[in-house]
Amino acid sequence: MEFSNIDWADIGLATIDTLTMTGASLVFTVLLGLPLGVLLFLTGRGQLLEQRGVYAVLSLVVNVLRSLPFIILLIVMIPVTLALVGTSLGVEGTIPPLVVGTTPFFARLVENVLREVDRGVIEACQAMGAKTHQIVISALLPEALPGLLAAATVTTIALVSYAAMSGVVGGGGLGDLALRYGYQRFQTDVMIVTVSILVVLVQLLQYCGDRLVRHFTRR
Amino acid sequence: MIHIEHLHKSYRVGKREVSALHDVSLHIPKGKIFGIIGRSGAGKSTLLRTFNLLERPSRGAVRIDGVDITTLGKAELDRTRQHIGMVFQNFSLLSAKTVGENVAFPLKLAGGFTREQRQRRVDELLDLVGLGEHKDKYPAQLSGGQKQRVGIARAIANAPKLLLCDEATSALDPETTQSILALLAEINARLGLTIVLITHEMQVIRSICDQVAVIEAGEIVETGEVSDVFLHPRHPVTRALVAENTHDDAGLADLRAGGGRRVRLTYVGDTAYQPILTHVVEQTRAAITILQGAVSRIKDKPYGQLLVEIGGKDEDAAAVIGLFRSLNVHCEVLN
Repeated sequence: MEFSNIDWADIGLATIDTLTMTGASLVFTVLLGLPLGVLLFLTGRGQLLEQRGVYAVLSLVVNVLRSLPFIILLIVMIPVTLALVGTSLGVEGTIPPLVVGTTPFFARLVENVLREVDRGVIEACQAMGAKTHQIVISALLPEALPGLLAAATVTTIALVSYAAMSGVVGGGGLGDLALRYGYQRFQTDVMIVTVSILVVLVQLLQYCGDRLVRHFTRR
Repeated sequence: MIHIEHLHKSYRVGKREVSALHDVSLHIPKGKIFGIIGRSGAGKSTLLRTFNLLERPSRGAVRIDGVDITTLGKAELDRTRQHIGMVFQNFSLLSAKTVGENVAFPLKLAGGFTREQRQRRVDELLDLVGLGEHKDKYPAQLSGGQKQRVGIARAIANAPKLLLCDEATSALDPETTQSILALLAEINARLGLTIVLITHEMQVIRSICDQVAVIEAGEIVETGEVSDVFLHPRHPVTRALVAENTHDDAGLADLRAGGGRRVRLTYVGDTAYQPILTHVVEQTRAAITILQGAVSRIKDKPYGQLLVEIGGKDEDAAAVIGLFRSLNVHCEVLN
C-alpha cells in the first residue's frame, strides 16, 4: 500500500477542524442540554417540580429533534445557522446544527442519569429544608456526576461522528476528508489514515471519559 | 410538643382510593422517646413522614409546638424542617460528599454560620457520635453502623427540638442496633430533644422508648407507657408483637395437662429483685409450677413475667393470687 495521495498538512488541518467542531459543540451542548435534562427530570412524574404539561412539551421537542436524521437537520437549519453565526459553511456553520442535534440526546441522557440518583438522598435533603435549587446544585448534580461524565463522553463521541457529515455544507474535518477523497475519489490511503485517526480519537475520548468517571465515583 | 389530630391519608391507586392512615390522633410529650410500632404496610412510615410533611396528610392537623405545619407556606415549612432532624433506614447520605461535608450540609442550608463555626460544630458532632477520625472519609468507606452515626450527627447538626427516626436500625445487625439505640438514648438524655421512632421490632421499643403507639392497618390500636403496653398488651396485634420479642409460646402452656389455675404474674421495678415466689410458697405452702418466665428490663426498669400453675383447690389458688396481688404483683388468670 502506498500513501502517495496523503497530504499531511490537509490531514492535520482536518484533525484540528474535527477537534474544534467537537469541542465547541460539546461546550454548547452541555450548557444547553444539562439545564434541559434537569428540567425534564424535575418536571417528570413524581419529581420535585412535577408538571405534566411542561414535561410533555419538552419531551415532545426532544423526541422530534432526536428523530431528525442529522444530515437533514444540517440542511433544514441553514437559515437559522446563517442568522446565528453569519455563515452556513465551514466549521462555524456546522456548530449550530451539531449543537441542536446533540443537545436533546444529551438532555435525555441527563434525565436518565438523574433518575438513577437515590430517591432517599433527595428526600433527606427535603427533610433538611433544602430548596429545590439547593437540592439540584448541592445534591442531585454532585451525586450524579459520574453518570453525567459518562453521558458527556457518549455525547462527545456522537459529536465526532456527526461532525463527519459536515462535509455536506463544506464543514471540513476528518470525516469530510474520508468521504471526499477516500470514498468519492477512491483514494484508499486517505480513507485509511483518516479513519485510523478517528478510531484513535474515539478510543482516546472514551479512555479519558472512563478515567474521569472512575475518579469521581465514590461508591 | 406534637399533637396529631384526626389525621387521614389516602392514595389513589388507579381508580381505587386506598386509605393509609385513618383518623390517627397522638400526643407526643416533649423530651420523651416515643415509639411507633407496626408490621410492614401498617402505615407507620407514612405516619412518621407526616411529621415533617414529606407525606402530606389528606385531612387533619400536625401541630408542633402549637403550630399546625400543614398550614405553612413553602418557605416557612423549609425553615421548620431545618429544626426537625430525620434519620433514615438506608442512611441517605450524600455519597459524593465526605463525612464532614455531610454533617455540615444542614448547617449550610440553614445559613448564618461562618466556615469556622461550621467546622467547629462538625468536629463537636463527630466526637459526640464517636467518628472523630473519619471526617475526611466518604460514606462508602464506612460500615453500616458508622454510616448511621453520620446520619444521626447530620440530623442533630442544627440542634433540632425533634428527631424523627425512620427504621433507623432495621438495616443493622443486632449488636450495631444496640449501639445506635444507646447513642439515641444518650442524645435524648443529654440534649433533651424529643425522639419519635418507628420500628417493627418490639426489642427497639423495649430498649429505649418511654411511650409507644401500636399501629395496624392505618389506625392506632393501642398507646401508652412502654411498660404497660409491653407487659399487659390488650390488642391482638400488640400481643403478637410482644410474643415475638419474648418468645412467648402460648402453645407451650397448653401442652401441660395440669389441673391447676394458670396465672401470668407480672412485676415491675424493685419487686423484680425480691424473693416473692419463695415468700408466697412459705406463706401458703402452695404447689407452684413455673411454666415459662423471663426477667429483663424495659428501658431502665427491671421487670419479671412468669407463667405459673397453682395446684390445689380453687379457694387455695384464690388465696395465693390474693397474696401475690398484695405484694404488688399483677396477676392475670388465664383459665
